[in-house]
Amino acid sequence: MLRKIASTLIIFFLIPQWVYAESAAKELQSLYATQGADAYSAKTGGSKWKREVASKNGDNRSCSTCHTADLRQSGKHIKTKKVIQPMAFSVNKDRYTKTKKIEKWLKRNCKWTWGRECTAQEKGDFLEYLLAQ
Amino acid sequence: MKRQLILISVLVSASVVTSVSASEEESFGKWVMSISRTKEVKAVNNELYAEECGACHYAYPPGLLPIQSWEKLLDAKALEDHFGENAELDEADLASLQKYVYANSAEKSYYKRARKITRSISEGEAPLRITEVKYIKRKHHELTEEMVKGNKDVSSLSNCNACHTQAEKGIFDDDTVNIPNFGEWDD
Ligand code: HEC
Ligand code: HEC
Ligand code: HEC
Repeated sequence: MLRKIASTLIIFFLIPQWVYAESAAKELQSLYATQGADAYSAKTGGSKWKREVASKNGDNRSCSTCHTADLRQSGKHIKTKKVIQPMAFSVNKDRYTKTKKIEKWLKRNCKWTWGRECTAQEKGDFLEYLLAQ
Repeated sequence: MKRQLILISVLVSASVVTSVSASEEESFGKWVMSISRTKEVKAVNNELYAEECGACHYAYPPGLLPIQSWEKLLDAKALEDHFGENAELDEADLASLQKYVYANSAEKSYYKRARKITRSISEGEAPLRITEVKYIKRKHHELTEEMVKGNKDVSSLSNCNACHTQAEKGIFDDDTVNIPNFGEWDD
C-alpha cells in the first residue's frame, strides 16, 4: 500500500509539464472530432496560418501578423507592440497547457484575423501544426 | 518500507517549509513596500487580471482610472470591440475581474497618484483611456512626437512600461523613467 503511494507520488513529481500540454491540445482535438472534424493535418494548418485575409479596415491579416511565420521566434502584437512568446511547442513548453486558454485565443484570433470563428476542423489543424513545430 | 515512509515525509515537509518561507518573505516585502507605496499606484495583485489584461499590453493598475471608466471598459459587449480588438471573456472571469477592478479603482485608493487622477477628472466624465486623463496628459506634455509615436520602441503613450522601468510595481516616479533611444529622463 505504502509502496504504491510512494511510487505514485514520485511519478507525479517526475511527470514533465509537457505531458499535460500535449494532453490539453489533444483533448480539444478529440472534442473537435465530435463536432464534425476529420483527421488533422499539420500541412493544412501551416498553410492556413499564413493565409492572408483582407479586413474591413483594408489591411491584410494572417496568424503571422502577430506570431510571425517562424514560430520559433518571438512575435509582436501588431498594435500594442507587446512581445508574444514563441508559439512553437518545441521551444516553448509553456504553451497549450490549458484547454480554456487555447479555446479563448482561437476564438478571439480567428475573429480578428479572418473576421469569423474558425471551424472545428480548422482549429484542429492549427493545433496539429503548432504541436509539430 | 521504512525508507519509503521517510521519503514521503521528506517530500511533504519540503513543500511545507517552502510555502512557509514564501509567505514570510511576502509579508516582509509588504512591510518594506508600505513605507513607499502610498506615494505611487497600487501594483496589480490579482493573477487573473495580470494574465487576462496583461496578454496584449501592460496590465494597467486599476488605480489609474475611476470606477465609471472601468464600468464602461469591463462590459461584456464593449470587450468584444476593445480598441479594435476582441478581448471577450467568459461570464465567470468577467465577474471576477469586475469585482477586483471596481474595489481598487482610483477614487477608492489612498495612493497619491490615484488621488491626483481622481481629482483631475470632473464629475460625470468617464475617460476610456488613461492617456486621456488630465493629470496623465499634463505629466507628459513635454514629450515630443519623436519620443513617443515616432519612436519604434514606444509607438504609443499607452505603452507605459516602455518608458517607466518600474511600471510593473505601480511606480511611475520621473526618476525611474528611461525613454528607449533617448535615455534617462532628468529635469
Ligand atoms: C492581433 C494579434 C494576434 C493575431 C493576428 C493572432 N494572435 Fe494568437 N495570440 C495573440 C496573443 C496576444 C495571445 C496570448 C498571449 C500569449 O499566449 O503569449 C495569443 C495566443 C494564441 C494561442 C494560445 C496559445 C497557448 O499557449 O495556449 C493560440 C492557439 C493562438 N494564439 C493561435 C492563433 C491563430 C491560429 C491565429 C490566426 C487565425 C492567431 N493566433 C492570430 C495575438 C494574436
Ligand atoms: C486582445 C488584446 C487585448 C486584451 C486581451 C486586452 N486589451 Fe486592453 N487594449 C488593447 C489594445 C489594442 C489597446 C489600444 C492600445 C493603443 O491604442 O495603443 C488597449 C487599450 C486599453 C486601455 C487604454 C490604454 C490607454 O490609456 O491608452 C485600457 C485601460 C485597457 N486596454 C484595459 C484592458 C483591460 C482591463 C483588459 C482585461 C479585461 C484588457 N485591456 C485586455 C488590446 C487588448
Ligand atoms: C515615451 C515614454 C513614456 C510613456 C510611454 C509613458 N510615460 Fe509617463 N512619463 C514619462 C516621462 C519622461 C515623465 C516625466 C515627465 C516630467 O517630469 O516632466 C513621465 C511622468 C509620468 C508620471 C508622473 C511622475 C512624477 O514623478 O510626477 C506618471 C504618473 C506617469 N508618467 C504615468 C504614465 C502612465 C500611466 C503611462 C501609460 C498610460 C505612461 N506614463 C506612459 C514618459 C513616458
